[in-house]
Amino acid sequence: MATATTEEKGTGLILGATWSEFWAAWGDVFTVASLGSMVAASGPLIYATVGETITEKAGVINLSLEGSIMLSAMTGFGTAFLVNNVLIGFLAAAAVGAAIAALIAFASIELRLDQIAVGFVLTLLAVDLSDYLGNRFVGEAGPAVPAWPIPVLSDIPWVGEILFDHNLAVYGSFVLIGVAYIFIYRTRGGLELQGIGERPEGAFARGVAVNKMRYFYTILGGALVGVAGAAFSLDQKLGWREGSTRNLGWIALAIVIFGGWHPIRVAIGAFLFGFLQVVALKLQPVFPGLSQVLPSIPFPMMILALVVVYTDWFRRLGDRYPRLRGILAADPPSGIGVAFHPE
Amino acid sequence: MPSPSSRLRSRLATALDSSDMSLLLENIDKRFGEVHANNSITIEIEEGTLHGLLGENGAGKSTLMKVLSGFIDRDSGRVLLDGKELDLSSPKTAIRAGVGMLHQDPLVFLPLSVVDNFLMGSPGDRFLDRAEGAAELRRISEPFGFNFNPDAPARTLTVGERQQLEIVRLLWLGAKVLILDEPTTGISEIQRVDLFATLRQLAAQGMIVIFVSHKLEEVEELCQRVTVMRQGKVIGELDLPTPAERLVEMMFGQVIVASDRPQIAHGEPSLVLEATTLKEGNLMVADLSLSVAKSEVIGLAGLEGSGQRTFLGGCTGLVPALSGTITIGGKPMTKRHYRDFMRHGVHYLPAGRLEEGLVEGLSITEHFILAGDDKSFFVDWDAAREGSEKNIEHFSIKGFHHSPAESLSGGNQQRLLLAMMPPGLKLLLMEHPTRGLDIESADWVWTQILARREEGTAIVFASADLDELLRYSDRILVFFNGRILKEVDARSTTGEQLGYLIGGKEPE
Amino acid sequence: MTSQTSAARWGATIAPIALAVVVAVVLLLLAGANPLESFKLMGEGAFSGWSKTGETLMAWVPLVLAAAGLIITFNAGLWNIGIEGQIILGGIAASWAAREVGGSSWVVVPAAIIAGALGGMLWALLAGVLKTRFRVNEIFGGLGLDFVAASLAVYLVIGPWSRQGVASTSGTDLFREEARLPTILENNRLSLVALGLAVAAVVFVFYLMKGTLFGLRLKAVGRNPRSAFLLGIPTSRYMLGAFALCGILAGIAGSMQAIGFHFKLIPAISGGYGFLGILVVLLAAFRAAWIAPVALFFIAMSRGSTLLDLRLDVDSALGGVITGILVLLVILGGGWQLRRLKRKALA
Repeated sequence: MATATTEEKGTGLILGATWSEFWAAWGDVFTVASLGSMVAASGPLIYATVGETITEKAGVINLSLEGSIMLSAMTGFGTAFLVNNVLIGFLAAAAVGAAIAALIAFASIELRLDQIAVGFVLTLLAVDLSDYLGNRFVGEAGPAVPAWPIPVLSDIPWVGEILFDHNLAVYGSFVLIGVAYIFIYRTRGGLELQGIGERPEGAFARGVAVNKMRYFYTILGGALVGVAGAAFSLDQKLGWREGSTRNLGWIALAIVIFGGWHPIRVAIGAFLFGFLQVVALKLQPVFPGLSQVLPSIPFPMMILALVVVYTDWFRRLGDRYPRLRGILAADPPSGIGVAFHPE
Repeated sequence: MPSPSSRLRSRLATALDSSDMSLLLENIDKRFGEVHANNSITIEIEEGTLHGLLGENGAGKSTLMKVLSGFIDRDSGRVLLDGKELDLSSPKTAIRAGVGMLHQDPLVFLPLSVVDNFLMGSPGDRFLDRAEGAAELRRISEPFGFNFNPDAPARTLTVGERQQLEIVRLLWLGAKVLILDEPTTGISEIQRVDLFATLRQLAAQGMIVIFVSHKLEEVEELCQRVTVMRQGKVIGELDLPTPAERLVEMMFGQVIVASDRPQIAHGEPSLVLEATTLKEGNLMVADLSLSVAKSEVIGLAGLEGSGQRTFLGGCTGLVPALSGTITIGGKPMTKRHYRDFMRHGVHYLPAGRLEEGLVEGLSITEHFILAGDDKSFFVDWDAAREGSEKNIEHFSIKGFHHSPAESLSGGNQQRLLLAMMPPGLKLLLMEHPTRGLDIESADWVWTQILARREEGTAIVFASADLDELLRYSDRILVFFNGRILKEVDARSTTGEQLGYLIGGKEPE
Repeated sequence: MTSQTSAARWGATIAPIALAVVVAVVLLLLAGANPLESFKLMGEGAFSGWSKTGETLMAWVPLVLAAAGLIITFNAGLWNIGIEGQIILGGIAASWAAREVGGSSWVVVPAAIIAGALGGMLWALLAGVLKTRFRVNEIFGGLGLDFVAASLAVYLVIGPWSRQGVASTSGTDLFREEARLPTILENNRLSLVALGLAVAAVVFVFYLMKGTLFGLRLKAVGRNPRSAFLLGIPTSRYMLGAFALCGILAGIAGSMQAIGFHFKLIPAISGGYGFLGILVVLLAAFRAAWIAPVALFFIAMSRGSTLLDLRLDVDSALGGVITGILVLLVILGGGWQLRRLKRKALA
């Protein structure tokens, strides 16, 4: 622990450290190595948040992210460990995420059950299942996604080292952002995806098979959430131990709201969170209290975003400058969480 | 291979060129549980016709149109266009068959842009070509004089513009039959005139336009032929113009003018409105002035959505007054809260019995406790059950003290709601007090209401039942487009005259 | 009711339980354990001797308190996911009192419990105000507040309240004797005060929902806010009232954790009893009378599987898996039955 003379002491959260120590640690944040690790750390979160964005855009809330990611991280690592193949690990993880999502879609569409209730129960169940079934993998060393710096690109100073000196799991998350954006905003299918979440009866009137599509996008989103789990246990923090991905799912849910259901803003939210983690890590030795608190900043931000979108002044501002509205926050899809029945 | 849009263009062209097209609905039948919403409906419509479908709320028009547009499945019957039977199993196949529907509240996606709304659901390549979409939108819009900014979000469009967008979209998809469900609710007079011009233009090009409405005047103005429905059946089909009284009679049935009623001397005013203006959503009910005396019964007539509900809301503090004053029993109540109105002897019975009156899952006894004036913290269940059983007997509610509200029939729900009313009311406001009830229940309801009246309660009720309005009211206020069109004395008014007024016409 | 529908109803109740047992047996067999022996061990782990039973009951107390609070919010139609944060705030506030208030047990313990209740209430009202004033859905508002509360606990443990010279997440210094709940057995945390509070909470909530006008009005608000409003019930105030009461009970649960179980503030002070409480209430179908036994079942499963872990090397998460599957099956079964009834009614 650092000791400091009284007059040099900071205030508030800065506990018993000097300003010079703070600046030294702060400088560490912006090295190539730590920014690169920030990009890598955001990978799992990007898969999860973009997946959940797709699901929620279709009008379904998959609340089970915390459990889905945990169980798929375990399954992903466990499978990869058993068959010694990373790709099969990823596929198994995606299958787990998809299966949980399918259950939520089924309960909501066929049984007309509350998506929140089912999602919540599945969250806790999946966490316990990961713990129970993953017991035998704890402490095992297994395969990992091999590093693969992209030739040429990774040689670019700074940018190349930060962005292109990773592996396929990380590049995949970049690609996903772009593909999701193009799909949602540039294709016919994406337009219909927005339609079924925004006004299902309107989409139905235009000949879109609303519930079939909701099944599809919920399962697709769930599969991506599963990939997030594998990206964590096979790339981020290698291996499995109980509670390995703790809070990642809740954070992903918060970021989807904070990012206003837009894949690029959501991805920026995920990068910001990665940044916070790096800051927390670097400041850990100097300000242990502060660095423990930093990673939960997405939550007050989410509440703020929710408060702001519903205030009258924000509505007026948004109507006057539509572009501004897009930057700060956005409305949730109108039909979210509500089951659709044609009759 | 032709591009998708050129394919559509040719389809549109054939739709408008083909001759001798006719739409035949044959013995369409549809039941919802016990309600026979469509009872063997047969209608034939020639090409190039503006055909009206007229009927009061609940006559079965909407069901028929939903069947036609593929929204719901019919139980039996056939639909033929040009002699070919159509597959109407879903909106998708209906559009493909050339039947397009414009819903009362245009089903546009508010946050999405105009061009996205235009393209949503259209066939074509995987990637959207918004430039081409915008060009197509402009091309189809031009003959009608519509002008859209393709990039503007749909929420910035007026309701009238949203309708235009939907019409253009359906045309682009090759609609030969265009159904409009109550399209004039929620649009301005200027927009209405524009819409009618558009529809005439479409019919002139050979389209079949089905105009669904309960507004007599509009059907008379626009259509060449009209089918009148009542209680799920086709009552008749007429060429227009025709004397309005025939249509009124077909819509509402024979109105038996009421027998003599006991005269009750009216006392001092219970409700006074002075230049009150109310606003609820898009509907503005302006400059109301009215005085209702003790023991007086006021009927509110008018088409659904003409301002009656807003008026009732204003008299209970649910809809705030923008200007003017409201006085209840001599006490100024302007801008007071709903619960203040309750405390001052105002009671409101909305139309939705299970939606806005009773609570699903709670028993009859629990409802009596909630409505009762015993506000002590602990509930005396024995006393409550006893009181509840007495009430059940006294108001002859068919149910047990433990029966949940949703298990009661509509008539018994209404009995429960009346039994829950506190005693000594100054003003009782009701919406459709007997809608959906059998004759016995309806008579019973009115016995209760009139008993209140004898105690000095002023009654204001909205109804779509002309017979009920004429039989029980002292005065009738006819609402049209958010204002009181006319106030009439119920004793000297005929059903026919009332029908005219409801349609927005002054009888000669 | 015909015998056929009553049989169907019994089926819908029994089938999920039977299925959950089957799943448990399969999981145990997969882990290479003898199911019968395992079940016996689980019972032993939870209830053998006063020492085990005492610990089980002390874990049962906060779960019952949380579930009792949730009965109130669920009946008001609210998903109070913020309950974890409310328990944490209760624990923090109770810890503050335990650290700061001097004097004998007679002063400190009530002070800590009251402080905990107030802390929980404050946190719940925050979610309530966000919901009623700012239209922030209570699920996401509550989730956010959970994490803010958790961060606050970590911050206090590492920062201002850290142990002398060590900043570790293992917790603050132990509270002094007077600031702990009085116990009745040697080397056992079982406290009559804690048990009494839990029982009192169940009785309170049972009568609140069954026997009071407040409870009845709250039900009306939860089931149909529009009708409730037209009946003259101030709906927002009642929602806030439900949040406040739930927060008080959650806060007391947090204070029990702090001064009756851990004797210090730790980051995981809530013990996850808030989220677990939601499962308890779902399984109890929102009925107050059922939460005590259901909560005991949950705790017995979780503590019983701890012994299983020790003796048979079966992971202790088994208890959570079984209860989770049971709740899931009961919910799905309920939906399935409703669907059948509706289909029958339409046919």
